[in-house]
Amino acid sequence: MSGPLFANALVSGLLLAGFYAAVSVGISIAFGMLDVVNIAHPAFIILGSYAASIANASMGADPIVTAVALSPAFFALGLLLYRFYHATFERRGREPLRGLAFFFGILFVTEVALILAFGVDYRSVTARYIGTTWRLGTVDLPLRLFVPFVVSVAMTLSLQVFLSRTFFGRAVLAVGQDQLALQLMGVDPVRIKQIAFGISIATAGVAGALLVIIQPVQPSLGREYIGLVFAIPVLGGMGSIAGTLAGAAILGVATSFTATFFGPSWAPAVSFGLLLFALAFRPSGLFGR
Amino acid sequence: MSGALLVAKGVTKRFGGFVALGGVDLSVGAGERVGLIGPNGSGKSTLVNCIAGTVRGGGSIEFDGHDLAPLPPHRRIRLGIARSFQIPRPFASMTVLDNLRIPLLYAARAHPLLQRSRGRETEEALSILRQVGLEAKAGRLSRELTQVDMRKLELARAIASHPKLLVADEALAGLSASEVDEILAILLEMKGRGVAVILIEHMMRAVLRFSERIAVLVVGRKIADGPAETVLRDPAVERAYLGQ
Amino acid sequence: MKTSSFTAIALCTALLVAGTTSALVTNDYFFSASYTVLQFVVLATAWNILGGFTGYVNFGSAAFFALGAYSSIVLDKLFEAPITLSILSGTAVAALVGLGMGYLTLRLRGVFFAIATLAFAEVLFTFVVNWDYVGGARGAYVVLQGRPPLGFRSFVQFLFAIMALMAAGAVAIARFVQTSTLGLGLAAIRDDEVAAECSGVPTLRLKLVSTTVSGGLMGMAGATFPYFLSYVEPHGVFSLSYAVNSIAMPLIGGMYDWAGPVIGALLLGGLQQVLQVNVSADWNLFLVGALLVVFVTIAPHGIMGWTFRRGRRARPT
Repeated sequence: MSGPLFANALVSGLLLAGFYAAVSVGISIAFGMLDVVNIAHPAFIILGSYAASIANASMGADPIVTAVALSPAFFALGLLLYRFYHATFERRGREPLRGLAFFFGILFVTEVALILAFGVDYRSVTARYIGTTWRLGTVDLPLRLFVPFVVSVAMTLSLQVFLSRTFFGRAVLAVGQDQLALQLMGVDPVRIKQIAFGISIATAGVAGALLVIIQPVQPSLGREYIGLVFAIPVLGGMGSIAGTLAGAAILGVATSFTATFFGPSWAPAVSFGLLLFALAFRPSGLFGR
Repeated sequence: MSGALLVAKGVTKRFGGFVALGGVDLSVGAGERVGLIGPNGSGKSTLVNCIAGTVRGGGSIEFDGHDLAPLPPHRRIRLGIARSFQIPRPFASMTVLDNLRIPLLYAARAHPLLQRSRGRETEEALSILRQVGLEAKAGRLSRELTQVDMRKLELARAIASHPKLLVADEALAGLSASEVDEILAILLEMKGRGVAVILIEHMMRAVLRFSERIAVLVVGRKIADGPAETVLRDPAVERAYLGQ
Repeated sequence: MKTSSFTAIALCTALLVAGTTSALVTNDYFFSASYTVLQFVVLATAWNILGGFTGYVNFGSAAFFALGAYSSIVLDKLFEAPITLSILSGTAVAALVGLGMGYLTLRLRGVFFAIATLAFAEVLFTFVVNWDYVGGARGAYVVLQGRPPLGFRSFVQFLFAIMALMAAGAVAIARFVQTSTLGLGLAAIRDDEVAAECSGVPTLRLKLVSTTVSGGLMGMAGATFPYFLSYVEPHGVFSLSYAVNSIAMPLIGGMYDWAGPVIGALLLGGLQQVLQVNVSADWNLFLVGALLVVFVTIAPHGIMGWTFRRGRRARPT
């Protein structure tokens, strides 16, 4: 194995890992903290990609600017979706598996709706940095990966600070563990959950804009990310943002090495395979809680 | 105590750093009625779970001469350890009658899985329902029952497994005085069948009426065990439990 | 009705339908559309044994279907195995994988099991795409040669008759499971797993039986698929629409009874055949997804639930 090849695989793996954190941090919140198994998360990521791509094509808007501008809309979408989910499934208590089937249906409907509206063609964006690559010695640093890395890490870290330092954040962390304590503090758990779920969907919108910078996107791409978005929180130990970053780093590097040394067609097996492995042998995550 | 039905020795259980049970001994003789009391969080329910097998802890538990450690819950109930749940857990999509057919087919006798039962267990189910006063509701969906009827169903389901020991986890909580009497009557009848009962309860009146012996748990340790009069006069019990 | 007489009636009905339609209908499209609908009867019935009876959601129906299809392809490449042998081996392979999958993941909460099935489907897909012996991403051809056996006019008619028998068999198995002591135990697991275990139900063993039977039947449905299409490629066999359909059909029909998935598959499968021709394949899938969402939201017990609720009484088992 040659040095530069190895170094490049490692660097692109770490860059990829940053992006993976953005993709999966929403599931860490929704699944890990709120216990809402939003299997439709990747569909919202693809929606974000389409929004960024359309704004880019019609107004020349930068995808990251679009992502930030649209995040209130995604937040509101998540808020409404959670309200509906809560009223229909959660409040009635029984059978969380129906909620799962519900989100699965949402995933599928969103995908087909995008196909019906825009066809199955790949969509992409243009921005000045997309073609640029910095070179550090023998290591390539393509800005196409580096910009999403920076945005994603910034978003994940600020979420971590927000969740650990604010009253609201601590309420979110408590909501999965001790609802009674929250009620004694005079906090309505449903309100906390709906805001947190809104944040989760907003991160999906941003992740979508980052995705379309990295690669062209078409509607069914979303389901390739199902394994990834769940594998990372499960690997990192559910409901911990720091764990999410660690899980993302493992998956990013593993995927990059697989693609470099075995060929890109094996790459999807890595995330799903690790997820299966984690579920079978270490369901509390590599780092536990 | 020799010839005891249940002998638990040094039962421990930790959840993370929290010690729920710090080495508890408990023995119950055949047909004995034991009241298990203690403040909230003292480990009563955890002890029940360790005996029933739904939680794995340290220490040793023997039942009727069998070591329980390697046995999953469904094997323990076949040996004769039945339990009722603190919050009733009926099989919600089934009728009251079918709720009883489950333990009758799976615990009381080993019915071949791949056969349709010929309904012989139905008669017995109906007779158990008659004893607990649910016969008229045999055809109802169990999720439509009232609170007190759900408690009765819990007990009926436990009886249907032909137990030697019944562990009733707060079978009386939240019931009115007359409802408590109804449930207590069912529990007192168990003696006639030679069934030992461990009753976990907060309500002193009920515990005193029911128990031949009382054991007291406080923060994961047993601090007293004996006849009701002695236990209640024990200063340690007064301090830790009744005094608060 | 006794299981043996129900099975006999189901199989005879399948034979009768296959026989009369073969004699009366000459249009091959009829047979290919009916084959597809019946294939969904098998898939939905199989899914429901685990999903509806036992309460564990399997998102990986396509993977078990594909296991059946690809085991037929392998046998065909090896020695042009007869179709009966392909069906048997497809069923066996998928059943074994179902057992293994269950063994690895059934100790988990139901939600993790569901995610694991989805991951399993993707891993298997990646392996097939990279497996050159079965054609990799390009796909593989399986061509039935010679004259159709047993005096059928075309291979499609022959395959339709086989699928009719398999559907009858699958439904008979589902009904048998439901009405046996096993089915009562599975329902207890679905309602409350801890209470079931504490009532003497050996939950792990019963769940393993359930994943094995369910997986095996899905494999059986997939085993004839290569012969039906003559050409198979991974994207087609692993299509998410199999997973969505096999969940949507029992949900729409009703999951607590063997008849629910049959009703759902006939309605939704038939509707899709009509739409496929008259509108478009994409609208078709949109409809399935939308119906899934609508039913799971407003009619969680499906069409069977409407009659169910009106009676206010559970069906006697």
